[in-house]
Amino acid sequence: MKPKGFEYLRAHSVEQALDSLASNGDDAKIISGGNSLMAMLNFRLLEPKVLIDISRLEALSGIEYKGDYLEVGAAATQAQLQAWPGLAERMPLLALAVPHIGHFQTRSKGTVCGSIAHSDPSSELPLCLALLGGSVVLRSKRGEKVLKAADFQLGMLSTACADDEMVVAVRFPVKRQGAGYAFTEVARRKGDFAIIAIAAEAVGGTIRLGIGGVADKPAVREWSDLATDALDDKLNELAWELGGNDDIHASAKYRRQLVRRLGREVIETAQENGVAVKETN
Amino acid sequence: MNDSSSPKKYLGQSVERIEDATLLRGAAPYTDDIPVPVGTLHAAILRSPHAHADILSIDVTAAEQRPGVHAVLTGRDIKALTEPFLIVLRVPLDQWSLAVDRVRFVGESVVVVIAEDRYLAEDALEYIDVKYRPIEAVIGTMDATKDGAPLVHEAAGTNVVSRRDFSYGEPEDAFAKADKIVELTIDYPRNSQTPLEGFVVVANYLPGDESYDILSNFQGPFTVHPVMSKALRCKGSQLRMRSPAYSGGGFGVKQAIFPYVVLMCVASRKVGRPVKWVEDRLEHLTAAIAAPNRVIEAKAAVMNDGKIIGLHFEQWDDYGAYLRPPMPGPLYRQHGIMTGAYDVPNMTIVNNLVMTNKTPSGMVRGFGGPQIYYSIERLVHTVAVELDMDHLEIIKKNLIPAGSFPYRAAAGALIDSGDYQQALEIAERDGKLEDLQERRDEMRAAGKLYGIGYAAVVEPAQSNMGYLSTINTVEERKKAGPKGGNVAIATVNIDPLGTVSVTADSLPQGQGHGTILSQIVADELGLTPQEIIVNMERDTQRDPWSIATGNYSSRFSSSTVVSAQKAAQRVRAKLARIAAQTLNVPAEEIDFVGGQVFAKGNPENTLRFSRVAGTTHWSPGELPTDMAPGVTETVTWSAPELEPPNDKDQINTSLTYGFVFDFCGLQVDRVTGEVRIDRYVTMHDSGEILNPLLADGQVYGAFAWGLGIALSEEFVYGGDGSFLSGTFADYLCPTAPEVPEPQILHMVSPSPFTPLGAKGIAEGNVMSTPVCIANAVADATGQRDLRLPLSPSKIMGLIDDDEPPAPTRAASEILVKSDAKGGRGVTGSGSARAPAAIQTVWDTLLDPVKLAAVIPGCHQLDLVGENNYTAEVSLGVGAVRGRFTADVRLADLDPPNSVVLSGGLHGPLGASSGMGKVTLTASGESTRIDYDYEVVVTGKVVAIGGRMLDGASRVLVEQFFRRLIAQIEGQNEAGNSAGSWLSRLLKILGVGR
Repeated sequence: MKPKGFEYLRAHSVEQALDSLASNGDDAKIISGGNSLMAMLNFRLLEPKVLIDISRLEALSGIEYKGDYLEVGAAATQAQLQAWPGLAERMPLLALAVPHIGHFQTRSKGTVCGSIAHSDPSSELPLCLALLGGSVVLRSKRGEKVLKAADFQLGMLSTACADDEMVVAVRFPVKRQGAGYAFTEVARRKGDFAIIAIAAEAVGGTIRLGIGGVADKPAVREWSDLATDALDDKLNELAWELGGNDDIHASAKYRRQLVRRLGREVIETAQENGVAVKETN
Repeated sequence: MNDSSSPKKYLGQSVERIEDATLLRGAAPYTDDIPVPVGTLHAAILRSPHAHADILSIDVTAAEQRPGVHAVLTGRDIKALTEPFLIVLRVPLDQWSLAVDRVRFVGESVVVVIAEDRYLAEDALEYIDVKYRPIEAVIGTMDATKDGAPLVHEAAGTNVVSRRDFSYGEPEDAFAKADKIVELTIDYPRNSQTPLEGFVVVANYLPGDESYDILSNFQGPFTVHPVMSKALRCKGSQLRMRSPAYSGGGFGVKQAIFPYVVLMCVASRKVGRPVKWVEDRLEHLTAAIAAPNRVIEAKAAVMNDGKIIGLHFEQWDDYGAYLRPPMPGPLYRQHGIMTGAYDVPNMTIVNNLVMTNKTPSGMVRGFGGPQIYYSIERLVHTVAVELDMDHLEIIKKNLIPAGSFPYRAAAGALIDSGDYQQALEIAERDGKLEDLQERRDEMRAAGKLYGIGYAAVVEPAQSNMGYLSTINTVEERKKAGPKGGNVAIATVNIDPLGTVSVTADSLPQGQGHGTILSQIVADELGLTPQEIIVNMERDTQRDPWSIATGNYSSRFSSSTVVSAQKAAQRVRAKLARIAAQTLNVPAEEIDFVGGQVFAKGNPENTLRFSRVAGTTHWSPGELPTDMAPGVTETVTWSAPELEPPNDKDQINTSLTYGFVFDFCGLQVDRVTGEVRIDRYVTMHDSGEILNPLLADGQVYGAFAWGLGIALSEEFVYGGDGSFLSGTFADYLCPTAPEVPEPQILHMVSPSPFTPLGAKGIAEGNVMSTPVCIANAVADATGQRDLRLPLSPSKIMGLIDDDEPPAPTRAASEILVKSDAKGGRGVTGSGSARAPAAIQTVWDTLLDPVKLAAVIPGCHQLDLVGENNYTAEVSLGVGAVRGRFTADVRLADLDPPNSVVLSGGLHGPLGASSGMGKVTLTASGESTRIDYDYEVVVTGKVVAIGGRMLDGASRVLVEQFFRRLIAQIEGQNEAGNSAGSWLSRLLKILGVGR
């Protein structure tokens, strides 16, 4: 279980990283925390010729509050995000979700953008990004562009990041006025890949529900002014639409059952949290 | 003789582990850390992706030419240079250290590459071309017993390679007069307590005396030392096995390193250099060993008052692809104690030993105990349910009565001591069972699924080396000669400055044996444990050893410690005689306290311990005339109670028998099916406790694994034998957040059969905890047929399996439905619409050039025969890429309507084979493409990526059809632009399509 030989480049600047990407294309791979990538390299699931380490780039290590959104740089770790002082107040969904990401040991190395770029269907952060309608900042020698989560997340381990591009930051919208949030996850053990992860946002009569771990990428639905008994039908529709996969940990049917049952629970919790927020305001 | 011990100052106390200062500083060298000789080469092993296949050819020429490669060995080399491993049975189940002609499980070693480093060795593996012809595999244990099942070993003529019937007491009468017969079938899964450190072997062939010097983390027993030397065609003394002092965990598993020891010996001999091999996690989970999975049909003959008067067990124990010594140990290790904690005089046992195409079974903590107690204790719970009685009452009614010890169990166990009734009393009282029962009532009243489980277990320790001969008939045993006993060895040595050092034959795997030995010896010699140096390394060319040497069957606390105490007592007696001469008192008067040796009646009359010891080095002439110089005492000991099996097939399988009684309360979540343990109480009577800190450490460890067995751990195989749990993301050991802290209780019934009175404590909870939890889940859910591990998904299937129907909806453009079949196989079907005429689509599908452009990642596609293509493809999802060689055949061609594609892929990541049917239907201007496919995937990619397999297959199929449609659209566009004038002309002429 040893990786194939590769050239290791510790980037000293974003430009240097982009230069290398431009000249190496899909033979190059960005690494920062390496939580997923190192295991994949050791299994030889991927064999890049160049590994570009961006973990020490000061320019990408920041977490910045920009009014409408929180911008997290590509070298910022999940632990950094968790420790960001305004998290519970301004980013309640992230505050609920981040403790579910692996373990504190892995969060101290794993980066927020790494998780977004890796796009594992069970990951918490891509789900949060999709639910909140956040965006991803991509940069290449050709320039910079910002993609909405829905345009960035293409499928299992697949994103719209081109071979010469790198994710330099992600932007999570801050809490909406009067909104309540909830997050839950079922996994065989704490920190395992989620069998299902569910996030919800409730503002007024509008519900946004996000499901991770069931389909190939996070699925988000928005329902407005739904009658209470209509929710079950919507959840059932969604459960069947996502289908779910069988694996050795859970049946597709079990995953669909959790969409229906936990989906309702999470929505109700989000609504309660929204009400609680209003009351305290 | 002055061998009466001093009062125990340290033994029985929670003395801190002497090992920990080294371990916690990171200073303990594990086997991989130990420096190797200059010039040592490194091995990497190519393993079978197939569960059952003929090896048609192995081409290693390209691999041999890779940089840094010194040698590449195949089964042919191994067959020429070694003998097959000896096995317990006289059945042809030949096994070598590399597969010869056929592979029989996924992960079987096929080729070994020896190179300058491990990286280069693994690089070269990718250049080895093995051609396999897959054969139908047999995976299910009971499937293997059916007529016409594929044979794992054709030469054996059957997969049930041993079957024996046993009858004790009068079972027919008991079952005839029973009020009720309660039956239960158990399907116990495959699992293993996986050590953090995998196998490590450094083998060095020494041409001078044609011997092998091995450094490895082999943990014994040395019963396989002769197996290895016979395989290597060398004398036992030419196979020097060295084991380091520190281990990263064993749990029995590290016995199974021995085929690799032989393999690396051959490799070293071949290259003339030392060769090192370090097992990686994927190799360990896939191919090391597992505890055998077992099917058990259990029956109890019961009276209406709850008394069990007879038991019947038929067991089918699954040993996987090969029977490696000391297999089938787990089937016979508990044989004498198959009645468990109960006084049942009548019993029948039928033991079947089954071979399947899975990883060979081996030694794992508990060694058959978890399997048998799972069936006994589930059966007793079922008796309670069927009689509508309280489970605990049934247990109490049937326990072996107090005052009847030593108690001879029906199948021969001589249970040394105990008071099970008192143990239950203490547990109920101190574990507050009543509170838990109240809580259950409250929770149930609140609509929760809440259950209480119980388990009573007799925990054996120190195996009788003759237990496995029970597999042979009385006549066969007579011919072979009796086997029994278990030799324990320890040495105490004193240097000229009076420093005491101890060695012993227990090969500790982290338990802290050194600490206990230091306590024992310190007590005997009036020293402190810190003054005793313990070195637990073993070297078969320098240290005394026996076949029983090693770390297994919790033998340390009832055997090795006895030898150590006896050796220390001999040293004490010798020093007492020397001191008596100087102090001019009788030796009986001499005492040892605080580093001083003195006369009991006159403590002023004293000598320093070091001075007395020094005399034996510096002035042997001054010693009493009949006394040998120096102080080195080695004691060997074997308990007389470990007799060979008798003519009635009764066998006292162990020297000591502890008692464990557990109960727990848990809740099953109605929404998610998750099990939440509320409280867990575990009561132990392990005889004398040598060190309470270490004893509780063993209970915690065994409990944690027991919990894993109950809820999460399983080696999962697909129907075709592909292995699906090759990483710790799929083989789920409980971690700290999953393990609640059990309440540990103790009582002490000293064993009369071992001088220190101590029994084993390391294995009880791996037998009691899984079934205690399962009984509680059964109590909570009212379900009877529970199969471990009890995953939330599985529990949900038991308690609430209903699902509202799917709403009708429009099919999407590309619809792929897939579901895993047998775990890792993927079937799917779907349809797509191509904007072209049916003939165009057909032509595209059958044109190699166009098809090459459509197949994702296709580098090259060659027509190698009629309707037979081979292709080099690079397939993947996201950034994951694997290189494969594809072989595709087209059959049942019905142009332009349908075609069947079949074939396979193989590459370093694994192999797949499959079949798909594509049907085309003209629909107006466009063509509807319907397809269904069935793919089985095996090898590394499924062992590590099962979670993604379904999704990834769907992505690849989608990619194919998207590209097909794009290709056809591209053609149309090309046709419309470049050829537009021509098509218009043709239309005018009336010949256009």
